[in-house]
Amino acid sequence: MRAIGVIALNVFRESVRDKVLYNLVFFAILLMGASYLIGQLTAGQDVKIIKDLGLAATSIFGLFIAVFIGIGLVSKEVERRSIYSLLSKPIERHQLVIGKYAGLILTLAVNLSIMAIALYTVLAYMAWMAGPGAEAAWDAPALDPALLKAVGLTFVELAIVTAIALFFSTFSTPMLSAALTLGFFLAGRFSTDLRNFNEVVESSVASWLARLLYWVLPNLGPYDVRSQVVHGLPVPAGYLVITTFYGALYIAALLVGAVAVFSRRDFK
Amino acid sequence: MTSGAGSRVVTPVVTLAMVTFLVAAAAAVQKERELRYPPPASADDSLYITSGPVVSRLAVGYKALVADLYWIRAIQYYGGTKLKLSDPAAAANAGAAPGAANDGAPYSMLYPMLDLTTTLDPRFNIAYRFGAIFLAEAVPGGAGRPDLAIDLLDKGLRERPDRWEYMQDIGFVHYWWRHDYQAASEWFTRASEVAGAPWWLKSLAANTLTEGGDRRSSRLMWESIRASAEIEWLRNDAERRLIQLQALDEIDTLQRAVDRAIAAGATSLDWPSIVRTGVIPGIPVDPSGTPYEIAPDRRVSMSAKSSLFPLPTEPHPLQPTP
Repeated sequence: MRAIGVIALNVFRESVRDKVLYNLVFFAILLMGASYLIGQLTAGQDVKIIKDLGLAATSIFGLFIAVFIGIGLVSKEVERRSIYSLLSKPIERHQLVIGKYAGLILTLAVNLSIMAIALYTVLAYMAWMAGPGAEAAWDAPALDPALLKAVGLTFVELAIVTAIALFFSTFSTPMLSAALTLGFFLAGRFSTDLRNFNEVVESSVASWLARLLYWVLPNLGPYDVRSQVVHGLPVPAGYLVITTFYGALYIAALLVGAVAVFSRRDFK
Repeated sequence: MTSGAGSRVVTPVVTLAMVTFLVAAAAAVQKERELRYPPPASADDSLYITSGPVVSRLAVGYKALVADLYWIRAIQYYGGTKLKLSDPAAAANAGAAPGAANDGAPYSMLYPMLDLTTTLDPRFNIAYRFGAIFLAEAVPGGAGRPDLAIDLLDKGLRERPDRWEYMQDIGFVHYWWRHDYQAASEWFTRASEVAGAPWWLKSLAANTLTEGGDRRSSRLMWESIRASAEIEWLRNDAERRLIQLQALDEIDTLQRAVDRAIAAGATSLDWPSIVRTGVIPGIPVDPSGTPYEIAPDRRVSMSAKSSLFPLPTEPHPLQPTP
């Protein structure tokens, strides 16, 4: 367990060294700039749009981090040949894989936390500027704590994407891993279409295959509750728990797969 | 940065100066090119994709954000078209009817934009209400399409059957633009039956049925729109309509004064002559501060220079049943 912690901390340090946290500066500038411009353009919908923009940017920035760092977690060590010195140390291969994953998850958690704080700060400023009476046009309060539900589920979604990237990273090149991870991400976002495939095709084999893919591929659609929280609609705690639990199981499956593949790789 | 064997290091200040110089030079070249080959005044308004489901898929889960973009476009399109229509010179230079994009009608893209916005984010409340006012309003203030305004509000009601505001807006479109008081009253009644609806909707419904077209009813209607407006644009529009109704009242009063002055022997049809007869104390101005005019046919009217011009065409009052 300690070895996993040390590896995770090193991955986090490395991402800081790689200037990954610079994206937070872009995020802050994007939100601050948007909050100024949007006030002039949106006819009173600025708080809604800043929420939409902030939550979408959190997801998009996180996706880039998850994919483009996730795909290099293992393959970079192999390319740089630093894997030999790593494996010569008293650590198991599964500890290395899980440690790498935990490190990137830590990076994502720090990123998302800071982005959420930045989003709330900008919203607080906008609420203050809007003055009393402006709430009539808002579906939910500017500083609605429910926004954290959307951020939380985005985090779980990104944790799944990171696990996919890590899985491919254990046996594929970074370029191919990125393509496959993004492909899985898109398939995951559209998986509802696979579920309803029988409505558009007559072939029972095709619809059976689509249904099988629906159950096998990650279903990422339920992690998008951004629109609900922005409009002040309830997102029940039970929904959050069961969706997170599904994510945890899927991540576990991917990590088991990643460990299995990595354990069998021959680096001689 | 180094240069060859001498390893001469270029300092950050020099680098910054070089970058600044090159960017400034590029800007100067661009300016020169624009002088020689002027770019088109503005890009044509167009929607490359008009299918809501297609845009939904292309949004890959970021539908609310794309809806916001279409909302911003709709607002800009409406504002830009209105500005062009209010400037005859710009309209003439533009050649075709300004604001006409697809089929030659002004604001022809307003409905597709609002339809896309509300398909991507079906709970985008303000898009429905904005559409109700500005799709229905006659040209040049709007698209002059009450049918599309009702379509959009119907779509909103399918998503949120509990929104009495949409029902009120449908009633308003029937009342003000279609002069269908029966339908208007039915919608106001329906709105009043929704939990949480304001009490005055019931009296509005009754009033519409008995006194439809009466200016008092119109005032009540616009006051209710103003009261329920969530954004400044809608509130300002309702406020403007109320001021126009006030101007219509003033014109009626002035018309009676002018008729009296003519009966009293006023020979010339200008305000100083009318004032000299003593029927009015001074030259009358509308609520925007612009003097009213008297046409050769002795009708008092609002000046085209007034910011309140043109006055709305009022609904026809109900005829008393024999």
